[in-house]
Parts: sequence; structure tokens; C-alpha cells
Amino acid sequence: MTTTAIEKPPGRTGQRHAPGAAPRRRRPGRLRARGLPYLLLLPALLLELLVHLVPMLIGIVMSFKELTQFFIRDWTAAPWAGPDNYAVSLDLDAPVGEALLKSFLTTCLFTFCSVGLCWLLGTAAALFMQEAFRGRGLLRALFLVPYALPVYAAVITWAFMFQRDNGLVNHVLHDQLGIGDGPAFWLIGDNAFVTLLVVSVWKGWPFAFLVLMAGLQNIPREVYEAAALDGAGTWRQVRHVTLPSLRPVNQVLVLVLFLWTFNDFNTPFVLFGKAAPASADLISLHIYQSSFQTWNFGTGSAMSVLLLLFLLAVTGAYLLLTTRSPRERKAAGGR
Amino acid sequence: MAADKKPRSPMAAPRSFLWSRRIFLTLLTGFVLLPVYVMVSSSLKPLADVSGKFRWIPSGLTLRPYLDIWRTVPLADYFVNSLIVAGAATACSLVVAVFAAYAVSRHAFRGRRVFTVTVLSTQMFPGILFLLPLFLLYVDIGNATGIALFGSRGGLILTYLTFSLPFSVWMLIGYFDGVPRDLDEAAKVDGCGPLGALLRVVVPAAVPGIVAVGVYAFMTAWGEVLFASVMTTDTTRTLAVGLQGYATQNDVYWNQVMAASLVVSVPVVAGFLLLQRYLVTGLTAGAVK
Amino acid sequence: MRIIRAAAVGAVTLSLVLTAAACGGGSPADGSGSGGGKTLTYWASNQGASLEVDKKVLRPELDRFEKETGIKVELEVIPWSDLLNRILTAATSGQGPDVLNIGNTWSASLQSTGALLPWDAKNFEAIGGKDRFVASALGSTGAPGQDPAAVPLYSMAYALYYNKKMFQDAGIAKPPATWDELIADGKKLSGDGKSALGVEGGNLAENIHQVFVLGKQHGADFFTPDGKADFTSDGAVAAVKQYVDLMAAHKIVAPGNAEYAQNQSLADFAKDRTAMVLWQTPGTTFQAQGMNPDEWGVAPAPVISGTPGRGTGTNSMVAGINLAVFKNTKNREGALKFVKFMTGDTEQKTLNHAYGSIPPVTSAQQDPAFDTPTVTVLKQTLATSAAALPQVPEESQFETVVGTAVKELFADAAAGRPVTTESVRAELDKAQQQMPKK
Repeated sequence: MTTTAIEKPPGRTGQRHAPGAAPRRRRPGRLRARGLPYLLLLPALLLELLVHLVPMLIGIVMSFKELTQFFIRDWTAAPWAGPDNYAVSLDLDAPVGEALLKSFLTTCLFTFCSVGLCWLLGTAAALFMQEAFRGRGLLRALFLVPYALPVYAAVITWAFMFQRDNGLVNHVLHDQLGIGDGPAFWLIGDNAFVTLLVVSVWKGWPFAFLVLMAGLQNIPREVYEAAALDGAGTWRQVRHVTLPSLRPVNQVLVLVLFLWTFNDFNTPFVLFGKAAPASADLISLHIYQSSFQTWNFGTGSAMSVLLLLFLLAVTGAYLLLTTRSPRERKAAGGR
Repeated sequence: MAADKKPRSPMAAPRSFLWSRRIFLTLLTGFVLLPVYVMVSSSLKPLADVSGKFRWIPSGLTLRPYLDIWRTVPLADYFVNSLIVAGAATACSLVVAVFAAYAVSRHAFRGRRVFTVTVLSTQMFPGILFLLPLFLLYVDIGNATGIALFGSRGGLILTYLTFSLPFSVWMLIGYFDGVPRDLDEAAKVDGCGPLGALLRVVVPAAVPGIVAVGVYAFMTAWGEVLFASVMTTDTTRTLAVGLQGYATQNDVYWNQVMAASLVVSVPVVAGFLLLQRYLVTGLTAGAVK
Repeated sequence: MRIIRAAAVGAVTLSLVLTAAACGGGSPADGSGSGGGKTLTYWASNQGASLEVDKKVLRPELDRFEKETGIKVELEVIPWSDLLNRILTAATSGQGPDVLNIGNTWSASLQSTGALLPWDAKNFEAIGGKDRFVASALGSTGAPGQDPAAVPLYSMAYALYYNKKMFQDAGIAKPPATWDELIADGKKLSGDGKSALGVEGGNLAENIHQVFVLGKQHGADFFTPDGKADFTSDGAVAAVKQYVDLMAAHKIVAPGNAEYAQNQSLADFAKDRTAMVLWQTPGTTFQAQGMNPDEWGVAPAPVISGTPGRGTGTNSMVAGINLAVFKNTKNREGALKFVKFMTGDTEQKTLNHAYGSIPPVTSAQQDPAFDTPTVTVLKQTLATSAAALPQVPEESQFETVVGTAVKELFADAAAGRPVTTESVRAELDKAQQQMPKK
């Protein structure tokens, strides 16, 4: 009995009620009403506080400490390092800073490519599958498989396929198609970037597909009909009707994909082990290596804080640039 | 399937569109299924064959790996652990997120903006930054109160539910905004309190969205490796970490890794397919926010 | 009705989960906190073919211990991928096992955290005395001049494993004893899709073990006597270059080995695609891959010249597992009893035999079970020509940065880029600068 949701009017009914209107209307029990939202938020707030915010604050404190193996037994007693950990991380002339910067740039490039490809594949697949055709249900189910497989299983299988001597990829490219002089390396050297990208896109695009497929269903049919009356063919409809209507969906989707991809640890870790090749040295694995593996949690924390600041800045800028002002949104919503 | 009642395009699609669709979808299917094929075929080979040169058609087929997986690693235990952890994390995450999203969607209150921004920003924390602090915190809580958070399923549930919470809240706000307010106003006129309105009107109307968020929360907990590797013990280890048990110091049982992965994925994929139709109608509203 | 039911379901789920969270899902972490006098928590490393095999090997022994002493031992076998992280988090939080296994190369690093019980004279006395143990194994239990952080439990050494049939086909009568012989034999063995030697170029620890031994043969240590990193000495550079040159210059290692990190070299060996590997106790793996024990032979690992011995005759690291007691244990007495039990002659024979390792306890080594040709080679190596990896606190960092440098150099060699003394020195210099400043 979920028809209520499906039959909801296309216009954004919720938008009509400006925030703040509701509580003013109900005078009796005003105090309770005012306390209620906080009460509802309380569990979420407490959990965020416990699992994210407090540990993050501890992490920030750690970033100012000399937290090496000599002090990890009681981290509060570790000597203060002042800004030293940050200085080491940011000293671009020294190997540590240089490696961090390189890893950061690699991650930026990787994230850009991966998010772009995920979005592209997701959009294309969603568009092509908008119309019913035979086998569509089956395909839709198949396309969700990468999302449902355990990360470790999926990535280790790709690593298996990308082996130089015994893997499927070289078997096809080299043995069967005869591309290249000799079998290429995919897990070390410069090709590792491509490998990482392929695996990441394979794993990530179904989510984009899902979200976009859902987004497409919200576009009212009349809009297409109007466009068709104006003589727009399928391709033009896609360009002028479908894609613009997906804008709000894309805003959220791209941001979420960006954050996930940028912070992805599991994929490179399973694919390359403890030391990723330089071409695919993603920042999360790099920081892991600088803290857990070298027992220097102070520097690792400092690097993480820097990363956090960067992501905050990017997200802030992104939201400022892409969010239309409420007035604008209202106009767009009132199609 | 609800999702199949699509608006038929007013104009017949041109040839070019049909052909591109055919080519594109064929290639994409190949891309998606390639690793799955490798998993299936490798899981049916003896170990000596798997670690040899790849062949499209396996020669000596055997079902042995499917029997061995249960002996090499306590797979069934790990599976149960994962199911409990991911299931409980999902359920909790949904309950908490529904309340929070309802508050943001239906009430104007001071700090509303701060809350949404804070929630969003937690998505940016690099896991490494708070792995060790969180562990320390759990141990301290354990020492102070006697509640074993580290090493127990409870601690992992708590962690995972918080992982998926931000995006869940975020998506649910969107879904709830999409539920007409007239409905809860009507419920209130009928004598429901705000909570009654939430449970009797808003939640049922947003079932598709809740299912979508649930699937997302489940998958987040199901696949997590880093925290699980440090915060679980022998008895609480989850699949995501436990599958690594097929790679030991000297041996990597490739065929068993693949077989085990397939076996544990089948129930998840099946559940996924059952929920799929809700998902398609569900994700929309949240994303439109 | 539906609404009420939904609400009820929600409420029940929430309360269930909160209960689960509160009581820890029914499986509280039995850390040292709940130790008391009657139980011990023991973290074992993965020594057998799988975690389950380890449990099968250890459980009866632990039950025997319980029968003797009344102390129940909670066993957890921890995969190598997690062991160090688990120990680190345990050290940080104080919430850990009572007794644990550590890789012996971590001894000094973990010692410096202060989380492990130091083995002073009194503690050694409680387990039967320090002189029960083989000297070389004791050399890998902590920094020199300090009380050891652990005691040896299982010992292992590197040896040269060779494929008898491939040697026969190539007309080679006996396994090589020096690197020159190995290279000369290697040229005869290579070709036709086969290669002479297998290496794990992507495995950081494996790289370290090999270049450390080669360093010894070139008279170089990777640390100065006062514990400073010294990766760029001529000897160290020569050692790393010599190792990588097996692929880069002499071509007796197949380029594909540069990416190996999952023991693919053992699979290659078992499939007659590689004639030799330098390894510690790979027998069970060879058999799992379908090779018969009489198809391979074992010889001491090669040296530059002469015969294996001390100094430049070193041909193996002292590999092995140590047993440590967590300082925070609430049951030190029980823990010491357990260590005494595990290092006693009976257990040493049983366990080392089950794992194919060598007992680091002199009296247990005398058992005829350790007189097979393979074990004799290993025993001999351990006794006369094995050296412990640098016992410095920064050992873990050393493994990470130098292991990575060697991995990168192998990647260069595999891609056909030249590996020169300069490029080796540059990589090692980069590695050294990533070491913590002192």
C-alpha cells in the first residue's frame, strides 16, 4: 500500500510551507513543540558526536603530538610537537612532503576520472534503459551485481584478472588480440593507475546508475510530449529535456561520488597491498602507510587533517556554486 | 513492477538511438559480468589450475572448493556475524535517520542549518583520522562502564550505523519533503501528535525511500574492511575481513576465495533483487532534494 | 492496524539492537581485564595452512595446559594481515591479550613501545632459564643491551629449494653454493618459458629479508651501530643492486615476478616453471599445488664466495616467531606458566614438527624428528650462518620504506628501464629520508 508516495503530485508540495510557518500556527504546547525537533535529532547527534566528532577532535589533538611508537602506550603523555607534523607534511622539498603532494595530485586526477566515468556510464545506461524493452528487468538486475558483491571479493578478483602472466586481461589483450610488444604489467608501474580506475568505475557506476535511473522517472511525461510537438527528436530530447531536469540529482550524486572516491581505502589496499605503485598511490593508502605502517600516528593525523580541510573547502565551494538560491529553486520547481 | 510503467516516448526512437543502445548495453554487460565469469569459472577449478595461465574454458572442473571453503575458514560464522552487524546497523540507522530527517523536514528550529552541514561534513572524514581515536574511545568507555564496545558486535554496529547515518538523513529529508504536508496536518486534526503523524502518515508514504536508504546502509556495513579488521576478534569477525583468511602466509586459495565470495553474495544479491522495485521508485525523491 | 504494527516492529528492532550494543552482541571481548587467575587470552599467528588448521593444532595442546594447571586459554588465531595492527591498537589502548605471538623481526619495535613484559633474569628463571634457547634465536628478541621483549617459539631459516628434474634436464649435478654458480646455472635453466629463480618482488617483507642477507655478505648493515638508518652505504647499495640485477642484468628471474606478492613464485615452482626459490619452509604449499616431496631438493642459500658462516658468510636471516607477554596482563603468573609450557620440550617438539619449523630450544632440537635432510639444512643454517635483522625500534619503518624501494626497482627492471648504481642509491636515499628523524 505505498500508492500514496507514487501518486504524489509532481509539484513540490512541501516547498509551499515556508520553514517557520508550522510552529507559529500551533500556540498551545508551544514549548513542547519547540523541544521536539531537538529530541528527534538527539540520537543522531549523540551518535555523530561519539563516532565521528569526538574521535575527530582527538585526531586533531594527536596531529599536534609526537605520537610515535615510543609514546603510543599513553598518547596523552606524548610530547607536544607543535606544528612540526604539519611542517613535515607540507615541506614540499623534502621526500615526505613531496610524496604527499604527489599522492594528493594523483588522487585528484583519479577522483576526477573515476567520478566522471561513473557518472557517464550511469547516465548513459539510465537513458538507454528508460524505455521498456525485452530483457530490461534482467539487465537492471545484472547491473546492480557489482554493488552487491563484497568489496574484498570483487577487488581481489580484479587483481587476479590483472596479473601479468596468468591474468585474463593480458590473455585477451596480448595472447588473443596481439596488442603491444609483450604482456604489460597492470599491478605495478604506470599502468596501475588505469587498473585502479577500471576497478573503481566498475564498483562505483551502478550507484550512479541507480540514482539517475530513479531521477529520470521524476521527469513528467508532458515535458517530453511538449518537446516532441516542437519537433525535437530523441537525441534532442535527451539534450534539452532530460539532462537539464537531472541537474538537482546530479548535484548530490557527484558530490557523494567525489567524497567516496577521494577517501576510498579498500580498493587500492586490496588491489596493491601495503605499498601502492607511485602511479596509483591514493592519499588514503598513503596516509595509512605514514601512520599505521610506520607507527607515526602524529604525522598521519596531521596529513588527515589537511585532507579534511581540503575536502571541506571543495565541498563548500561546490555547494555554493551549484546550489541555486531558494527563489531560483522555487521558480524551477513550479514548472 | 512499479518501475516498468514508464512514460512511452511520444516519438518512435530513431535507428541511431536503437543501435547505440544495443552496442552500449552489450559492452556494458560484458564489462559488468567479466569478473563474475572469472569468479564462477575459477571457483570450479582445482588450486593448481587456478594459479596457472588463464583459460576461458576451464578443463578439470571440480566442486571441491565449494566444500573446502567451510573448512579453511569458519565462513558460516563470519556470514552470520556480517548479517547481524549489517542488519542491526541498518535497522538502527533507519530509526535514527527517520527521526532526524523528520525533524529537519517538518520543523523550523534554531541550528537546523548547522545540523545539516555538520552531518554532511562527517562524510568527509578520512577513516584513518578517526580509526585509532575511536578505538581508544571505545576502550575507555569499556573500562569506565563495562560495556564492551571494542571487539564486540555492538561496537561495530554502532560504528557502521553512524557511517551510513549522514547520507541516510540527507536522503530521507528529501523524501519527507516530498510527502505532502497536508497529510500530516490532516493526521494532526484527527488527533495524532507529531510522532503519530510521523509513524502513521509520513513513514508509510516514504516506504520506498526508506527501503532505498536501508539498502545503502546495509551495503555500507556489509563491505567495510578497515575498521572491521581492527575492531573484531575471532568470534565477531565479519565477512569483509574474514574472506582474507583464504590468503594465508604461504598460500592463497584463489579458487576458494572466489567460491566463498559467490556463496555469500548469492543471498545478498537475491535480497537486493527483491527490493529492487522499491529502490527504483524510492531513490528519486531523496535525490531531487 | 498496519501502522501500529509498523511502530511495534520499529520499537522492537530498536530495543533489540540497543540490547545487542549494550551487552556486546553476546560475545564480550575477553581482554586481559577479565583475566583473573583462571583464564588467559592467547593470540597466535597463522602458522599452518589456514586459520582452522592452526586451531586444530593448538587446541589439544591448550587443553593439555588447562589440565595441568587449571588455567583455561582463550585462543585467537590472527591472520598476518591484521596481526601488527591488532598489536598496535592493543598497545595503544592497553586492552589486549595476555600472551601473544609476534614476528621476531618486530621484537625491537614492539619493545620500544613498552607494552611487552621485559624478560629479565627473574622471568627467564620462571621458564627454565635463558640458556635453554639457541643463541641465534635469542638474538632476535629485542635491542641488544636490553632485557628481551619476547622469547623464541618457532625458528625458521632461508634455504635454496630446487626442482630436481629441471636441474637434471639442464645437466646440473649439484645445487649452486655461490651466487656466481647460481647465475651460471640460472642461464642454463632459463628459456623456453621457464626461468631459473623465483622472487616475490611486490612483497615488502620478502624483499627486506633478501637484501638484508645480501647486505651482510657485502659487509653492510642497514643501521649504524648506534641505531641510525644507513641505507646508502656502498655495501647496502651493492646488495640491493645485486638482488635486483638477478632480473635486470642476469635475466634469470622472469620479469613477471616483479609484481608477485601472493606467493605466485611458489606456484610457479610447483608447476616446473621456475627451478629455484629462496624460501622458508614452503613444503606444504608445494604439496597443495600438486608437487611431491621427492621432486624438490634443499640446499643452503648461496653466498658470494666460500662457505656459509658468520659475517660475509651469512646466508639467511633468523626467521621465526616469538612469544611475548603483554605487560598489562592481570595474570602474569599464569602467563609465565603458559610460556614455560609452550617452550617446554614436549610442546616444542609437537608444535615445531606440526609447522615444519625448528625448535629454538636446544634440548628439543635433539629429537630425531628434526633430523630429516631439509630440517638439517635449516638447523645448520640457523646454528652457523644466520643473522638477526637489525634489532632497532625503527625496524618496521625500515621494512616499509626499503621494501618499497626494492619493489619500485624491480618494477623498473621489469619494464626494461636500466637499474644502475645511481638509480639504486637514489631510491635508497629517498627511503632513508622517510625514516623518522632522530
